[in-house]
Amino acid sequence: MKKQTIDSRPAGPKPWYDPRVRSLFFQAVVIAFVFWGGWTLVDNTLSNMESRGISTGFGFLDESAGFAIIMSLVPYDATMSYGRTFWVGLTNTLLVSAMGVVAATILGFLIGVARLSNNWLVAKISLVYIEVIRNIPLLLQIFFWYFAVLSNLPSPRQSVDVGGTVFLNNRGLYLPEPLTQDGFGLVWGAIIVAIVAVVGLKRWAKRRQLATGEIFPTFRVGLAIVVLLPVLAYFVAGQPLVWDIPALKGFNFGGGITLIPELAALWIALSLYTASFIAEIVRSGILSVSKGQTEAAHALGLPNGLTLRLVVIPQAMRVIIPPLTSQYLNLVKNSSLATAIGYPDLVAVFMGTTLNQTGQAVEVVAITMAVYLTISLLISLFMNIYNRAVAIKER
Amino acid sequence: MGNSMTEQTQTPETQSAPSSQEDKPDIIRVEQMHKWYGDFHVLKDLNLTVKQGERIVICGPSGSGKSTFIRCINRLEEHQQGKIIVDDVELTDDVRHIDTVRREVGMVFQHFNLFPHLTVLENCCLSPIWVRKIPRKEAEATAMEYLERVKIPDQANKYPGQLSGGQQQRVAIARALCMKPKIMLFDEPTSALDPEMIKEVLDVMIELAGSGMTMLCVTHEMGFAKTVADRVIFMDGGEIVEEAPPHEFFSHPKEPRTQKFLQQILQH
Repeated sequence: MKKQTIDSRPAGPKPWYDPRVRSLFFQAVVIAFVFWGGWTLVDNTLSNMESRGISTGFGFLDESAGFAIIMSLVPYDATMSYGRTFWVGLTNTLLVSAMGVVAATILGFLIGVARLSNNWLVAKISLVYIEVIRNIPLLLQIFFWYFAVLSNLPSPRQSVDVGGTVFLNNRGLYLPEPLTQDGFGLVWGAIIVAIVAVVGLKRWAKRRQLATGEIFPTFRVGLAIVVLLPVLAYFVAGQPLVWDIPALKGFNFGGGITLIPELAALWIALSLYTASFIAEIVRSGILSVSKGQTEAAHALGLPNGLTLRLVVIPQAMRVIIPPLTSQYLNLVKNSSLATAIGYPDLVAVFMGTTLNQTGQAVEVVAITMAVYLTISLLISLFMNIYNRAVAIKER
Repeated sequence: MGNSMTEQTQTPETQSAPSSQEDKPDIIRVEQMHKWYGDFHVLKDLNLTVKQGERIVICGPSGSGKSTFIRCINRLEEHQQGKIIVDDVELTDDVRHIDTVRREVGMVFQHFNLFPHLTVLENCCLSPIWVRKIPRKEAEATAMEYLERVKIPDQANKYPGQLSGGQQQRVAIARALCMKPKIMLFDEPTSALDPEMIKEVLDVMIELAGSGMTMLCVTHEMGFAKTVADRVIFMDGGEIVEEAPPHEFFSHPKEPRTQKFLQQILQH
């Protein structure tokens, strides 16, 4: 006993045995390496570019691009600048990502819930879907939809014709485009009024439920307001809308809105692929809520739907949200596979054609990476805010 | 209780209770009920009639099917053969019948099963608001009344995770009572509690028994059975082995299996 106390007296260890000193030392070494590596990279690149006569800087963004892009949400033609191609690529990336996130979320939740269904067939179909889709490489699936499915649609002259207004062929899906005329402002106004009215209605219904206990069919009445009010305004304003119906001109269709097969293939593949992962996330979230919770809710007389909505989902959400965020991030980043089928997303347009033509690799790559980083961080930020809102308040 | 109780008051200590209840209507009738889990025959030919206001304690060794039995009464478990009629409604596959029965039957679980994302008060008001469609103010007032009765009104705005086991179980009892049920089922309500918390829960249950509530209680608390029960049912191997008033059950058990069971639990 006595010996021990003497031995364990804090003698002050040698610095290389002191964990605090050690950790400081190793951190300093790591930082030194990182700085040295970074500096070498920059220095090497700059000197190489100088010796090859490549100018640095962002001046190239104002030069004329001189190449055409098959689809753009912002006005674009070949005479415009490289800076413009950046915006075309960015908006196309955002478009397919947003469409993908919405579709994958809806599909993923449905399949995830279906996977837990008591209905044998429904559960097994979901299981097969998940296991098949998530175990085949995404690039392969994009090729499948693009080359195997959409390219085998009939040629424009043999288009699938839906009522003479919608046409489907191997060049894309052609939809009539609504062109607003004078007086359409009234309809816009009606839509805004309808939205305000529904928000008000929802508040009123909630107050009324608190006061009298009656549950108002908010969803059905709200839907009716949102649909009927603008329709009414449309007729009052004298139907200020004409449809630009696509028509066969020469070898292809002109007019209307076109959903190009590249976008369709990418969208379908991204949505189906990500949905299979989201389905598993939703399933694990729901399973994470103990069976006792459902039983307690049932014992209190809550029917299945209310049990899911009031008891299970609120608790499942806290498990679902963090991995769901990663899936959204994956989807956005996976959209860069667009290059493989020629959908003009940011990587294909900006890091592909623009980079090839200008040779400004450092600048272009830096801008592109910064864009993906920004999009991803913004998604994470919003999902974290949402997560905090649904988190369980304990203690 | 807000239910249609008759004028005659009952004290929990009445030992000769059964005779005073013969004129009451049957509230639960179980007839030749069988249940299987796959090939395993869990419940075998159960017959039981419970009169309004009766207090029944079900005991037996673990695995005897006593929990499964009371969980059949509000259809948390399905039975495959025979009849269960609760408050004149027969439990079948008909969802409406199941919902009707569940509204009238409260249940308290071994592991409390409070909703962790809602406060104590919200736990108590959830079902009255959404199922009974009672105005929130009224539901909250009722909830506070019952929380008062289980002696924790001061915890109303806390979350279940912030309470002790005994407090959580008392909240669970209050939550079930807020639906103003006609029958209360207790599934080993004190088994997950520390010894010093068992008493506070039993006190609440004894008080409830005194108010004339129909109670079916799966428990190992033999003291509770002696003071409160009108009848004690002993189950073993999925069968009802013996059924008797408590004084008879504990002093003169007829069946050898009952005698063996009582010997084991009363030894220490």
